Amino acid sequence: MRLLTHNMLSSNIKGVSNGFPLRLDVENSVSKEVEFNPDFLRNMFSKIDWKALVDAARSMGYAELPEEAPDSSMLDSDEFLKKFHHALLELHLDEGALICPETGRRFPVNKA
Amino acid sequence: MWGVDIEPKTEEADAGKPFLPSIRTKEENQQNSRPVSYKMSARSAQILLVSSHPEVYEPCDDSFALVDALLADRNNLLEHRPTLCLELGCGSGYVITSLAIMLGQESAGVSYFATDINPHAVRVTKETLEAHGVHAEVLLMDIVSGLERRLAGMVDVMVVNPPYVPTPEDEVGRDGIASAWAGGENGRSVIDRMLPIADKLLSERGWLYMVTLAANNPSQICRMMKEKGYASRIIVQRSTEEESLHVIKFWRDAELQVETKAQTTENRTAVPMEYLLSQIPRLAFWRSGSRSS
Ligand SMILES: C[S@@+](CC[C@H](N)C(=O)[O-])C[C@H]1O[C@@H](n2cnc3c(N)ncnc32)[C@H](O)[C@@H]1O
Repeated sequence: MRLLTHNMLSSNIKGVSNGFPLRLDVENSVSKEVEFNPDFLRNMFSKIDWKALVDAARSMGYAELPEEAPDSSMLDSDEFLKKFHHALLELHLDEGALICPETGRRFPVNKA
Repeated sequence: MWGVDIEPKTEEADAGKPFLPSIRTKEENQQNSRPVSYKMSARSAQILLVSSHPEVYEPCDDSFALVDALLADRNNLLEHRPTLCLELGCGSGYVITSLAIMLGQESAGVSYFATDINPHAVRVTKETLEAHGVHAEVLLMDIVSGLERRLAGMVDVMVVNPPYVPTPEDEVGRDGIASAWAGGENGRSVIDRMLPIADKLLSERGWLYMVTLAANNPSQICRMMKEKGYASRIIVQRSTEEESLHVIKFWRDAELQVETKAQTTENRTAVPMEYLLSQIPRLAFWRSGSRSS
């Protein structure tokens, strides 16, 4: 599962008022190359919850993203976009679980 | 709700028989391992089903009608330049794979999500995608439950071939293959749950393509969607001996939104004649169809 997807998921358990973001329990992560497209990234940037992405990337062992939500001028920087690209599309949670931040309920993730 | 109702089932299934990523897991089963290929059209690739499962819906007339509709609308779709595409109820993956081949991947600026309530369908879809070298994130959930909040207003293209066959209500959403077609009263149970969600998820410029059966009363579905501000058009109509299918495209129409608001206060039940008139060639069959249903 890509971090783009993680960024779009929230826990929908009855009674949970804020099920986003889900915590990651990473047993195995992989990186798969995806063709770089700056326009796609600029489009996605506004849809992404930045902090959730930074934290998720960090739990996958990738700490290159700036902690602070970058302002839009960063979207002209290839260096920034490449990092964003890698975190958003190339890192995969292969095996592990997503955990509801309120109830602690685990949603297993496996590659198949 | 994703996970709540769904995951326990997966865990069960996983416990006895882990979902192997290999597409050959079912090879022993002659009937299931035959690769089935479906001709899409000269313009597009053939989709080869590398994997199947007795509980996963195999591409059928309705699936073909939906892909034909997407192909018929291909130039518009390419011009539309969607960023996020979503399929509800992906089954074998035939439709989402076709769409991904047609519109391209992230390198072309498009990302795909697909959901199904059936864990076997999730696996088969992943395998179909992989066999064609395309990617979509395939998630096990009821409609879009876990995505609903965050994907609100983000989906530019949504495709659905829902369970639309009229059945007793208690057959809807059961385990197994029945949930692929069982649609409850008038086949509308799942459709009527999906439409408000589609409205929530579609972006301002979002398009929805949906398969319906004459018995679903598609003209009533269009009127319902019109009240939410959507225009609609039939892209493909197909009749076989057993069923009469339409693939309808819905999109938000700013004028309609204003007009509908004004209209609803006056006369909620008025049939929008000017709308029907503009669609006469396509609707000719439809009025007779909706009368008899
Ligand atoms: C008619 S089949 C279509 C399959 C595939 N999209 C195709 O066109 O060949 C309907 C699919 O919807 C799935 N489905 C039924 N109810 C669902 C629900 N509540 N949430 C998600 N998927 C559902 C079924 O498991 C099945 O795969």
